[in-house]
Amino acid sequence: MADKESTHSKKNTLLFLNKESEPLFSKKNRTLLTDPLDDNNPITVQVLGICSALAITVQLKPALVMSLSVVAVMGASNVIISLLRNLIPNRIRIIVQLVVVASMVILVDQILRAYAYDVSKQLSIFIGLIITNCIVMGRLEAFALGNGVWKSFLDGIGNASGYGFILIVVAFFRELFGSGKLFGYQIIPDILYEMGYENNGLMLLSPMALITVGVFIWIQRARNRKLIEKN
Amino acid sequence: MEGYLNLFVKSIFIENMIFAYFLGMCSYLAVSKTVKTALGLGFAVIFVLAITVPINFLLDTYLLRPGALKWLDPSYAEIDLSFLSFIMFIAVIASMVQLVEMIVEKFAPALYGALGIFLPLIAVNCAILGGSLFMQQKDFSGVSESAVYGLGSGIGWLLAILAIAAIREKIIYSNVPAPLRGLGITFIITGLMALGFMSFMGIKL
Repeated sequence: MADKESTHSKKNTLLFLNKESEPLFSKKNRTLLTDPLDDNNPITVQVLGICSALAITVQLKPALVMSLSVVAVMGASNVIISLLRNLIPNRIRIIVQLVVVASMVILVDQILRAYAYDVSKQLSIFIGLIITNCIVMGRLEAFALGNGVWKSFLDGIGNASGYGFILIVVAFFRELFGSGKLFGYQIIPDILYEMGYENNGLMLLSPMALITVGVFIWIQRARNRKLIEKN
Repeated sequence: MEGYLNLFVKSIFIENMIFAYFLGMCSYLAVSKTVKTALGLGFAVIFVLAITVPINFLLDTYLLRPGALKWLDPSYAEIDLSFLSFIMFIAVIASMVQLVEMIVEKFAPALYGALGIFLPLIAVNCAILGGSLFMQQKDFSGVSESAVYGLGSGIGWLLAILAIAAIREKIIYSNVPAPLRGLGITFIITGLMALGFMSFMGIKL
């Protein structure tokens, strides 16, 4: 009970920004933004949000749209949950979180249908699946429920960018080697094809997405040895 | 009858949730360290999928689809509530998972202890919502078809997680390069398994 009291009194000072001390982009806040890009990447380290990361990385364009959608959804829902965090009863918090995320996703989905219909068709059910993307729920549970609004916003944006980063890297290699194009424009010159170069059709198939991510993890951990698992 | 059988086999092997669509990967990677927990989670997923897909089918047919409200009053035929489907589906799934959790807690406390945190996490397993969203795209003709589809995809998911759990139990005895240990090698094995599962793609049902 005493604990509750203290969080309540703290809430008033924390509600918007913690006004007293920290500047908006203090060092601590900056790490919230940059950490998920490498050391604490949601996909390769926290193992969150793999599902959609693999299925939509055949081409760069849908991968980019997907990353932007996730950034929008995560930023918004982290802010909302963080504003509500002292009002949500613990027992029903999952349902509350799901409803907040689902409404954000519906917004994004409707916007995409209105302004980028062909990409929205390509992404098909994967926009809807942002709702159950574990990154969103995971960060809501682990961060937004216990931190102030500005920090939660940074955390949301940071993690979503970490996710988008992997998406774009994987999509880059898959589109380049799979169809010789980037964003739909041909990159590999015709002369190579005349010399007998062939696109690697395997890269377009789904299993290669897994193997590409696996190799990415290998490179990342070889570079950053403290991430190696003991077994 | 033959149609149901075809759909069943198709949803298990050809359109396997994990190897063809990568749905439910998060829990697939996180819970596959031992065969026992993988089995428990797999059965929970089958159960939830087999219940939520038909329920969501009914919701979709009689409430959400364009013109679905015609049975209430002919003047409602214009209404299109399909933009609400995400929120309705996830609400059904979350309440179903809550229900399953209570049932398991009451009747199988041992299993409840073993599953622990993973049971509520089924609500955010993409395979479950994915099942409902695929159901919406597939235009099934009746409840029974959607139930067969739900059951089949659940079984497919169970097979996939069992296979990887068994492999991971054995792979700790082999000499994997240090940076690949754990997550990396699991990704690559899953990729190879998915390549294997692609051989089912040639089967026309």
